Amino acid sequence: MAAYWVNGWLWDRFLYDALGMAPAARLTGTIHFFLYDTIKIALLLAGIIFIVTVLRSYMSIERTRAMLGGKREGGGNVMAAGLGVVTPFCSCSAVPAFIGFVAAGVPIGVTLSFLIASPLVNEIAIGMLFSLFGWQIAALYIAAGLAIAIVAGWVLGRMGVQRWVEPFVFETKLGGHVIDPAARLSFDQHIQIGVEEVATILRKIWPYLLAGIGLGAIIHGWAPAAFFTTYAGPGNAFGVLVAAAIGVPLYSNAAGIMPMVQALYEKGLPMGTLLAFMMSVVALSLPEMILLRRVLKPQLLAAFAGVVASGIIAVGYLFNLVLA
Amino acid sequence: MIIKVLGPGCANCKNLERVTREAVGALGLDATIEKVEDYPTIARYGIMSTPGLVVDEKVVVSGRVPTPAQVRDLLTALAS
Repeated sequence: MAAYWVNGWLWDRFLYDALGMAPAARLTGTIHFFLYDTIKIALLLAGIIFIVTVLRSYMSIERTRAMLGGKREGGGNVMAAGLGVVTPFCSCSAVPAFIGFVAAGVPIGVTLSFLIASPLVNEIAIGMLFSLFGWQIAALYIAAGLAIAIVAGWVLGRMGVQRWVEPFVFETKLGGHVIDPAARLSFDQHIQIGVEEVATILRKIWPYLLAGIGLGAIIHGWAPAAFFTTYAGPGNAFGVLVAAAIGVPLYSNAAGIMPMVQALYEKGLPMGTLLAFMMSVVALSLPEMILLRRVLKPQLLAAFAGVVASGIIAVGYLFNLVLA
Repeated sequence: MIIKVLGPGCANCKNLERVTREAVGALGLDATIEKVEDYPTIARYGIMSTPGLVVDEKVVVSGRVPTPAQVRDLLTALAS
């Protein structure tokens, strides 16, 4: 915490006084932004990941499934989306989780609500949005992500998508004794899981983070404000569409692109467009689609991507309208 | 003792396999270690979050990579 506040002062002294650079010069601004933001974002992230992971380690996907068992569509979609946010879940487990849910009798649409909400409404992103932009933006992000997951799961469930699920999923018999990874953990172990997760995530995303902050610093110092507002500002009707399209091939953790989002926001890009970009980066990713292809036929995969993309685009336009 | 490491090949699954092999080596156990990568089989053990560790057809760990000390304790208890 203290390190967080000292950070800005320290780089002021270092660049302006020690190196004698002019505070108003462009290059100084860019370097200052980069150094300051790298430390700020790294500290913020470490704090947020730690808190989120420790809290989440009290929850497990086995408990989530037990809660969703016997739920119908509708209410089940709402609950699945909410649980998708709080359940610790890695997209590498998407396939066994899908099989486990469906084989336990959770409706496909409800299962899909869970799988959509889990990456889309990311707690680390919530924490970052809250610290950088305030609670209103964080709340809007949560509400929008939940709405997309609930509606998309419900619509897909209504389409009768059972026929587009690979048949082996329904033939899988659940056996074995299920163990709950969250059970029997001591408080120290919860803390230890939190520390390990901070190390794992930072080790994994630091290249993206530095690239994002670097780009952010360049945008901050060099891109004329008019450039972005002309091409992607509130006046451009296609801004959200383009932002969502750019986000699809990019695959990053929500946390990794936050510095860029912040820099673009300062340059006058509307929040709806930025949220659409962020959601499309995290929720529509090729690697996850390839994984899900093992259990979903191409028709359902296409419907899944289509429904989620429409939701993201709708949210982008809606936010731009509301926040304008 | 037959030990199976369940997981499609993600980073954590490889970590679990490494930790398990080290523990078996350190304890000098007579055990075969198999890697199970195919989803229907993984799901049949009831595992929803990978990686998973199965000893003599019983799931003992799921969803996280235990520390080497925890794996040694687990295997010692199961071997006796």
